[in-house]
Amino acid sequence: MLEAKSLSCVREDRLLFEGLSLKVKPGQIIQVEGPNGVGKTSLFRLLVGLMTPYHGQVLWQGLAISDDREAYQQNLLYLGHQSGVKPELSALENLRFYQKMFEPSYQGDLYSVLAQVGLAGLEEVPAAQLSAGQQRRVALARLWISTAPLWILDEPFTAIDKNGVKVLEQLFVKHAENSGMILLTTHQDLNLPAADFSKLVMVKPSLEELYVGIGAEKC
Amino acid sequence: MWKWLHPYAKAQTSYELAGKLIPWFTVVCCISFAVGLVWGLAFAPADYQQGDSFRIIYIHVPAAILSMGAYTSMAVAAFIGLVWQIRLSDMAVAAMAPVGAVFTFIALFTGAAWGKPMWGAWWVWDARLTSELILLFLYLGVIALYNAFSDKVLAGRAAGILTLVGVINIPIIHYSVEWWNTLHQGASITKFDKPSIALSMLWPLLIMLLAFATFFGALMLMRFRNEILQRESHRPWVKALVMGGK
Amino acid sequence: MLNAFYQVMRRELLTAFRRIADVFNPLWFFIIVITLFPLGVGPEPQLLLRIAPGIIWVAALLASLLSLERLFKDDFSDGGLEQLMLSPYPLSLLVTAKIIAHWLLTGLPIILISPLIAVLLSLDLNTYWAVLFTLLIGTPILSFIGAIGVALTVGLRKGGVILSLIMLPLCIPVLIFSTMAIDAANFGQSYIGALAIMGAMLVTAITLAPFAVAASLRVSVS
Repeated sequence: MLEAKSLSCVREDRLLFEGLSLKVKPGQIIQVEGPNGVGKTSLFRLLVGLMTPYHGQVLWQGLAISDDREAYQQNLLYLGHQSGVKPELSALENLRFYQKMFEPSYQGDLYSVLAQVGLAGLEEVPAAQLSAGQQRRVALARLWISTAPLWILDEPFTAIDKNGVKVLEQLFVKHAENSGMILLTTHQDLNLPAADFSKLVMVKPSLEELYVGIGAEKC
Repeated sequence: MWKWLHPYAKAQTSYELAGKLIPWFTVVCCISFAVGLVWGLAFAPADYQQGDSFRIIYIHVPAAILSMGAYTSMAVAAFIGLVWQIRLSDMAVAAMAPVGAVFTFIALFTGAAWGKPMWGAWWVWDARLTSELILLFLYLGVIALYNAFSDKVLAGRAAGILTLVGVINIPIIHYSVEWWNTLHQGASITKFDKPSIALSMLWPLLIMLLAFATFFGALMLMRFRNEILQRESHRPWVKALVMGGK
Repeated sequence: MLNAFYQVMRRELLTAFRRIADVFNPLWFFIIVITLFPLGVGPEPQLLLRIAPGIIWVAALLASLLSLERLFKDDFSDGGLEQLMLSPYPLSLLVTAKIIAHWLLTGLPIILISPLIAVLLSLDLNTYWAVLFTLLIGTPILSFIGAIGVALTVGLRKGGVILSLIMLPLCIPVLIFSTMAIDAANFGQSYIGALAIMGAMLVTAITLAPFAVAASLRVSVS
């Protein structure tokens, strides 16, 4: 179970959010929604441990993630805005690197995984020559070989076509059925039947909250 | 010790404590500056070799000692900040760096001014002067790195790491420069290698050292308070303070 | 664990070989800087021999500085660095793999072309050996120390100047001891002592720098 306790996030001396708590239980899919700049990406980076919270802490199975990073990261798959795909390497080489790093015991055929994400015939082409959506699919192919229970996906559907979204939705449902956990942001409406699906809506603080107490006499 | 320190990990407490300490530092600094300068420049006996030009040590030596002391304090603060993740400690590093850099510059400038009558040149590649120059570079690196980050929390942490890397390097740099110097210039006469210093000269020197140390303390605490206010400007207590009309 | 180390290094070398021109650029820079000195001070062999250690090492320092930025830059901008930081292995181990791969691509080529430099600066054989040994021990130190600087500045928009500002002073001991060793060889003296000290510095750098690099990356990538 992933748990965040009263997280505060400050970027460049500006308060993004304060006192944010959430829990993700096995089998749950949570979509984080909110306008641009509200701090969705920052929240995710706090949750995976790339950023340290200004206040509060993130717990994995009851332990602070900063206490045992490696144990937490064994259970985590995070995909950010940048997909981590090397343009010089082929789709297969990229996927194989991540398989060897994150799923060293995986025995399956990587060609068939790439075929499942619609990259059949493009396995050996340098990623630089693939389209943006195809590069994204190379990164997303990691979801098919992942055994990590916790997926944190920041805008996974960027540049993905309708068909691809549908395939991914099926994968998400399957992952949740296997008591996986998914946190994701997207501006699309998800169609996830028979899944424990909920939404977390982040709102921007109103102007009054931002400038609380500072009235006419200031400046 | 940790429990005792903990309240000071809170920004507001530290801000107020620093505010209470500043007047004390300032008073001690002013008194010792006045006493030390008058004693050192007017009453202490002249050096039998260098005449009156030696009196610059009353500025040069305290500045040089404090320039290294400041870097050491920065390293201690950086270490605390990194190990226990205390943001205030990183702020202290940022507050100390420019003050330390100015002290280093004073030491370099007075060293050069002293060198003119002693060696007949404004600059010689003396081991201590060279080490001091490299120390200035290290300070400038920390300051430049701190200013390059737009997120000052990250800036403080980055500056802290660099300070620690620097402090590990300082002894290596110091000894390498010293060795380099002896190899290239033969046994040069280093100016502090006097076997003993007369008590009548030592007392004003110690008083000047106290003056510089408290000067450093006062400046650093003022900068530290400013840092806290800037970093915590989104917090209610800072807003209340601003509203209080101070 | 070792497998992860190998995988990172393999990927690093593979990407570099796909863009081989990037490997050669710092090398050309190194050679060009060295040819500038005889053009600037005159071609007398005596004079060149006297200033050769300084020329070689200042050029090596600048060349490694020039090549350092790409150590983490590409990984930072394509998101690969985040993934390395989130892998179930110690980050300090993975960055060590990256630094070693980087040295193989930048330090080693300089050593390989060092006979050419010996010819250009009319060094005798004994001096050349000293040049070779100091480069062999010294350039990895530059890579490890420089990696700290890169890790601290990789997230900055204009990190290049600051990188040189913070890295060059830290490299002064390497410069001093290596030129000292070459000078000693030049005068026919033993230079084992200076090499031993450089060896100690290398061991220190290899043991401590990866932790500093990992800590710095956690600051830069957030």
